[in-house]
Amino acid sequence: MTALACAALPWLAGCAGRQSALAPAGEDAAALHTLFIVMLAGAVVLFVLMNGLFFYLTRINPVALPLRHARLLMAVGGILFPTIVVGTLLVWGLSLLPDQRRPGDGLRLHVTGEQWWWRVEYQPADGGPPVVSPNEIRLPAGQRAELALTSSHVIHSLWIPALGGKMDMFPGRETVMSLRPTEPGSYRGQCAEFCGASHAWMAFEAVVMEPAAFEAWLAAEARDARAPATPEARRGADIFAREGCGACHAVRGTDAQGSLGPDLTHVGSRQSLGAGRLGTGLEDFATWIAHVDALKPEVEMPAYDHLSEPERRALAAYLKGLE
Amino acid sequence: MTKEPSDTAPRGPFPPEEAMLAEPVPPELDAARTARLRAAWKAPTGWRYWSAVNNTEVGKWYSLTALFFMLCAGVMALIIRLQLAVPENELVSSDRFSQLFTLHGSAMMFLFAVPMFEAISILILPGMLGARDMPFPRLSAFGYWCFLIGGVFVIGSILFDAAPTSGWFMYPPLATQAEGPGSDIWLLGLSFIEVASIAAAVELIVGTLKCRPPGMRVNLMPLYAWYVMVVGGMILFAFPPLIAGDFLFELERSFDWPFFDPTRGGDPMLWQHLFWIFGHPEVYIIFLPSIAIAAMIIPTAARRPIVGYSWIVLSAVGTGFLSFGLWVHHMFTTGLPNISLGFFSAASEAVVIPTGVQLFAFLATLMAGRVKMSLPMLWIAGALAIFTTGGLTGLMLAIAPFDFQVHDTYFVVAHLHYTLFGGMIFPVMAGVYYFYPFIAKKLLSERLGRWAFWLIFTGFNVTFLPMHLTGLLGMPRRVYTYPTGLGWDGLNLVSSLAAFVIAAGFAVFVWDLVRPKGGQPLAPRNPWDAGTLEWTHDVPEETWGVRSIPHVTSRYPLWDDPALLARIDAGRYYLPDAETGRRETLITSVIDAEPMQIQRVTGPSWIPHVAAGFTGGAFIFPTFHLYWPAILCGICAVSAILWWLWRDTARPPAPEDEMRDAGLGLRLPTYAAGPSSAGWWAMWITMFGDATAFSSVIFGFFFYWTAQPDFPPPGAAHADGTGTALAALAFAAAWGLARAAQRLNRGGRREPARLALGAGAVAAAAGIGGLLLAVAPLSPSSHVYPAILCAIAVWIIAHAGLGIVMLLYCLAGSLAGKLTPRHDADLQNVMLFWHFLAASALVACAVLGLAPGLMTGGAP
Repeated sequence: MTALACAALPWLAGCAGRQSALAPAGEDAAALHTLFIVMLAGAVVLFVLMNGLFFYLTRINPVALPLRHARLLMAVGGILFPTIVVGTLLVWGLSLLPDQRRPGDGLRLHVTGEQWWWRVEYQPADGGPPVVSPNEIRLPAGQRAELALTSSHVIHSLWIPALGGKMDMFPGRETVMSLRPTEPGSYRGQCAEFCGASHAWMAFEAVVMEPAAFEAWLAAEARDARAPATPEARRGADIFAREGCGACHAVRGTDAQGSLGPDLTHVGSRQSLGAGRLGTGLEDFATWIAHVDALKPEVEMPAYDHLSEPERRALAAYLKGLE
Repeated sequence: MTKEPSDTAPRGPFPPEEAMLAEPVPPELDAARTARLRAAWKAPTGWRYWSAVNNTEVGKWYSLTALFFMLCAGVMALIIRLQLAVPENELVSSDRFSQLFTLHGSAMMFLFAVPMFEAISILILPGMLGARDMPFPRLSAFGYWCFLIGGVFVIGSILFDAAPTSGWFMYPPLATQAEGPGSDIWLLGLSFIEVASIAAAVELIVGTLKCRPPGMRVNLMPLYAWYVMVVGGMILFAFPPLIAGDFLFELERSFDWPFFDPTRGGDPMLWQHLFWIFGHPEVYIIFLPSIAIAAMIIPTAARRPIVGYSWIVLSAVGTGFLSFGLWVHHMFTTGLPNISLGFFSAASEAVVIPTGVQLFAFLATLMAGRVKMSLPMLWIAGALAIFTTGGLTGLMLAIAPFDFQVHDTYFVVAHLHYTLFGGMIFPVMAGVYYFYPFIAKKLLSERLGRWAFWLIFTGFNVTFLPMHLTGLLGMPRRVYTYPTGLGWDGLNLVSSLAAFVIAAGFAVFVWDLVRPKGGQPLAPRNPWDAGTLEWTHDVPEETWGVRSIPHVTSRYPLWDDPALLARIDAGRYYLPDAETGRRETLITSVIDAEPMQIQRVTGPSWIPHVAAGFTGGAFIFPTFHLYWPAILCGICAVSAILWWLWRDTARPPAPEDEMRDAGLGLRLPTYAAGPSSAGWWAMWITMFGDATAFSSVIFGFFFYWTAQPDFPPPGAAHADGTGTALAALAFAAAWGLARAAQRLNRGGRREPARLALGAGAVAAAAGIGGLLLAVAPLSPSSHVYPAILCAIAVWIIAHAGLGIVMLLYCLAGSLAGKLTPRHDADLQNVMLFWHFLAASALVACAVLGLAPGLMTGGAP
């Protein structure tokens, strides 16, 4: 039964989602995918051999066979055969290691794990000031990007299954990972190391873009926030200021310069809200503001459920407009 | 130094000749001996039943308690599966979910898997060795009551919404910063149980080394006994690093000493290393005993001796060693250099070979035998199918790059459950069906057993096989819920539904276990036609363990010696009588199992309960920051243990009782000191564990030194040099005085020996003073450097305190006539403690006094 289901596994991979190691969209994930498929095939064969032998010896032919053959089985099955299998697997498996850990040759990012969101800073190639754009990791296709990782409070782990393996993020220490995405598209990443009450909701969108589109996006991202365009959005901006949102959040180009929470300068153009928690419709913004504590247990941001429905809508309009 | 007086050496023929064994025992003599033996081993009745210390009673309570904790942890798993059945479920809160998975893992590991091994071993090992009991029955009882108190405390915390929430691995800074008593409950409650586990491991090792039947040389031991030694040894070296880690962790939680706080020079990675140096051997500590059960069942099923006995023994020892070199494979994604990853990948894969040898030796045995399938063998077949799956995914995970993908996902959840169900649950179930008639003298139901098997086997595979895919589709572990649309919904629902099939299987099994069996006939004495000694047990039950302790000359004495059973029953062999009305067992030599001593074994008592209760208080009160009650409990616990030792251990026998008949013309001493006694071995083995824990703390110091750039920070205060030097001198002097006391006492000069003992205690106190002086300039909460120095000092001070108590105990013994020139077992054991203490103290002083100079490249 085990063997049967295992054999069906690659076929099932067709239904894989956006967070799947079986639907690789990058060089690292593709290499590991191939490694897995080969190991799986080998495992199924070994499983059948081992259990088939047991079944044969206990059910089909339970008579005493010569002791000489039994000893031979022990030596071959217990030592010779596994040594060859494991040796081969090690040589091949470990030969992938240097590639997985190769230094980047393109974009450099700095990612900090926060409770429970991602502070992301892009280091422009010209050495200019870093571009801050949290809770989303955008990478140009075809380059090996290098991500320097750290954390503010507890240990997290950054993982984008479609692009490659994960790497832990420690407070007071920097770890480095590199990824070479190949297929433009939108994938989902998630924290893999248990980090507290909202570990389940510490996700993000990983967007792979054509290099030119990426450069344009980065340039746009570096600009200050656009001013609210509608009367409702202007009202929302006033509420944002009145409620003191700027104490924790930055909206560049305004008085809001807080750095405890995610930077909201371009929050309207992101693909998710609350680190992969919600979509980015107006409703989502309003719900987030009013019920953040229910959506993300033990989050540091208070729920603004004292705001009236129109106030929440206005605030949502303002934020949604920050593209 | 005179040698042991020869008038207390064993006298008489050994090995016994066939003529002696063939001589019948007169029936009236046998009847009188039987009656005396039965009276000596009578189990207490009524409410006094709970004061029993006999291995059969304690073993039963122990295994049923471990089973109960397993069922509790299983219920937690069911709630976890209910919560995860559908996306964005709100059955339990995130906090409650964290409590559930933390306790599920912790309880399965610390309250079920390891204690179950110890419980089963306490229950069946003496039977396999033809021993009357374990060497230290009250220690088993003490361990059991500690386990019960600690286990109820830890698992009960969830009823008060106070359970730990940081995962069974308790990574700082998450766990150090967690609010509420949860982390402290985990640290202190489980440390308490770990201490009990180590005590049981010591007892099991000594039982295997010293309580074998005459003639059972090491190469004739049942394989189970070999595994007990290997696993006991692993517990001894694996648990102490965790205890050391707990010690540092709790110092941070309680007193803000920043061992794992990166803002003050600490490093969370130290915990990961200490935890996994424990955590990986732990996996094999769980797995090997189950292989041991299989190694008993398979030869019986194949109806022939095991093939490759010495290969299996070497592989078990090899697995034990290798398991200490794999821990980093739990840390492949922490950013360690490629060279480490490669090394630990290779080491992890290498375990396949000893494991493969053990499995193929079983297959070879089945091949060479005429297999008779039975219910236990069905469970073994299930174990093999499940374990090979887990082993094969383990092969994949050990390849570091692949681990980068699936580490901390449901793929690993599937893998670990496959290894633990296949490598522990199924073999243990096989063992329960196999050994149940030995324990309860009744058979379990064949029909219910098959139902339980197929329910658990099917339920297990349908629950956990899909999880491999769930993990590959990106689902991380320890998420209390998940969004829809990622391809995880259907898989999770299937896993959740099938989990209840497993639960139904366990319900059938538990019912079979506890259903009234009064009307059922007694089981045959040897229902499986096995060849090992435990199947000489008495049906109906007798509490003496074995009627007379046989002389053994083969690995399967019941198969090879047709006269054995009748001679055991007739009291033809050793210790057929209890002339003094006391409980006794035979102590034999370590390698060749030549009879050496008749050891008095302690009987029912309440003192283990008192000692366990106070020890529990000493561990549990600090959880709530109640330090004075904790100290009070600690003092009471030490006093209770001293009272227990004073009254019932190493008491010199009356002169006419120095030598006694052991049967078959052999006369043996009733008192032993030094290497020929069981107590000396227990102390020696315990001290290895203690030294490992101390080494782990010292490792912490050097870890910080190599891993942290600011260790020690510029301008840091160092330990006071004068105090350190004074401490080193004083501890060396105390050791010298203890050694002198031992020699003087042996030479019959009791007064100077007493003087030396007293002076030794004073010198040790001076050493404590020196250490206090040395650490006085340090403020441990400011930085990890002063903190680790203070932790080392605290460790030595606590041990020196014990060392003083031990010296004074010997002094009191000498004054009261308990310790005489010839009966100096206490002093010899205390001396062993002092060897280790003096070495530790000198290492500590070297670190305190010399390291600052070395590290800063100049004078401190």
